[in-house]
Amino acid sequence: MLSFIARRLAVAIPTLLILVVLSFVLMYAAPGGPFNSERPLPPAVLANIEAKYGLDQPFWKQIANYVVGVVTQFDFGPSFQYKDRSVNDIIAQGFPVTLTYGAWSFVVAAVVGISLGAAAAIKQNSWLDYMAVGFTIGAQVLPNFVMAPILVLIFTLWLGWLPGGGWNGGQWENLILPVIALSTSYMASIARITRSSMLEVLNTNFIRTAQAKGLSPSRVIFRHALKPAMLPVLSYLGPTFVFMITGSVVIDIFFSTGGIGRFFVDSAFNRDYSVIMGITILVGSMTILFNLLVDVLYAWIDPKIRY
Amino acid sequence: MALLEIEDLKVTFKTADGDVNAVNGVSFGIDAGETLAIVGESGSGKSQTAFATMGILAQNGRATGSAMFDGRDLLTMKQRDLNKIRSRDIAMIFQDPMTSLNPYLRISDQMAEVLQIHKGMSKRNAVREAAIMLDAVKIPDAKNRITMYPHEFSGGMRQRIMIAMSLLCQPKLLIADEPTTALDVTVQAQIMDVLSDLRRDLGTAVILITHDLGVVAGFCDRTLVMYGGQVMEEAETGALFKTPTHPYTKGLLRAVPRLDRDDAALQTIAGEPPDMSRLPVGCPFSPRCDVVMDHCPTVRPPLETEGNRRRACHLSADEVTS
Repeated sequence: MLSFIARRLAVAIPTLLILVVLSFVLMYAAPGGPFNSERPLPPAVLANIEAKYGLDQPFWKQIANYVVGVVTQFDFGPSFQYKDRSVNDIIAQGFPVTLTYGAWSFVVAAVVGISLGAAAAIKQNSWLDYMAVGFTIGAQVLPNFVMAPILVLIFTLWLGWLPGGGWNGGQWENLILPVIALSTSYMASIARITRSSMLEVLNTNFIRTAQAKGLSPSRVIFRHALKPAMLPVLSYLGPTFVFMITGSVVIDIFFSTGGIGRFFVDSAFNRDYSVIMGITILVGSMTILFNLLVDVLYAWIDPKIRY
Repeated sequence: MALLEIEDLKVTFKTADGDVNAVNGVSFGIDAGETLAIVGESGSGKSQTAFATMGILAQNGRATGSAMFDGRDLLTMKQRDLNKIRSRDIAMIFQDPMTSLNPYLRISDQMAEVLQIHKGMSKRNAVREAAIMLDAVKIPDAKNRITMYPHEFSGGMRQRIMIAMSLLCQPKLLIADEPTTALDVTVQAQIMDVLSDLRRDLGTAVILITHDLGVVAGFCDRTLVMYGGQVMEEAETGALFKTPTHPYTKGLLRAVPRLDRDDAALQTIAGEPPDMSRLPVGCPFSPRCDVVMDHCPTVRPPLETEGNRRRACHLSADEVTS
């Protein structure tokens, strides 16, 4: 198992390098640059600025310098858009915010989604099951950019219970609405996957054996059915967790939370090359890390999987 | 008094195409220590009879009638009470050993929990006891192999593990639902040997569900023949094989391949297994019967006792045998 993890981490290095090169090429190929504006700068000024950020260098040298800076000093470079702020600063400021509301959303989505899906499967064709299925369909067709303003309308403007935005250091009042808006559709997907997977497991022969052994219904569920039923859910949870903690532009815009989701989209509009690269690498590494974690958990649950 | 007495058992499944009756008024009993075979082709309702008795029908299934065990009706019992009987008094093994054990749990855990729950044993004692039982079903090196997972065993070994697990509490009755169907012929013989040794040692009554008449002949005191969810004939095994008095039993026995005769082709019963959602109101076998009479499809022949035998046919025993 340890050698499997080591091998997977070793493979992650070329994977990330390919990610860096591809993103670099894409940015380079896109027309325009960070210092193009409606009123063109005088050519001498532009040349000076480009020289300052190393944009006058040949393409391969730009990549090489960037990779060397990241690897040796963990320096993702200066932002092209915000003077005096490096990419490290921006991520250090925005990522904790995203991580906070993302992790809470994940916990809410996973706990409620799995419980709801499992309960619906166990009580298949009961009113609980129909309610759960109805909820998942409703939640999945309601995108969060529709849901966010509705939540603000109800809880801020009509009821006045919760602030309609702002971060305020992550106070719980400021967390509730973003967490609801971000978690609901994921929660619905998790519930749906759990339900169908649990139904499948409950119809297997080994569950029938467990019942014939005289085990109580709860023991049949928790000891015999839950583990196998979690496998498909787990492979969904890994990437979902990464999506959630690396930010949602919708949440950042509607609730002015100041997470990196907003920065990511802004940087793409502004051709803020180094910010795009920094956040891309962050998301990429997280994805690799959590896919690895899912694989390790798979091996832990399923004895047939051995690395 | 019979150990288990099943009376007018009916099993109905609700499906999108309407209700399907898998079992239509089956009655039989089994005494302590006795071996009873239930034979019939696929879809004759023999497995569903067993599932109904154990209370493990599929969700859309319903059982009516009665199944009296120790003076209590298994069909109407609360699940909590039924769980005290399952595995402790009545155990069951299944057709497909490859999928009947939980692939995510060690054999030790799966076997030990039976003893922990029914006998209140500690985990350690339960595992020790389970290893002794694995030894009894001839799993080599049982003490060490008990901590393995099901996928590390062959099909035949898994069925032996199932047998060991089912007999842990020394139940009064074991229901074996086609225990050898999914296995190689040589392995089949080993499984039946193990089963028959343990049965003798523990004095367990066995209901053996099968379509393999060869297995029945060597193992069971009595044989019950089912078709279309109904009992066609029941008799002491030797007598049934020697003089079948029901056209269906006759057909079944004729269809057994014989090595001592030089027949050109295998004998079969003409026609197809019944469509359980469209059974004739009369005798379910009438569409395939070679001595069918005009009233057979419309009038159901009653199951009548004649000496040591029960049979459901409009013809008399003499008319069928002659």
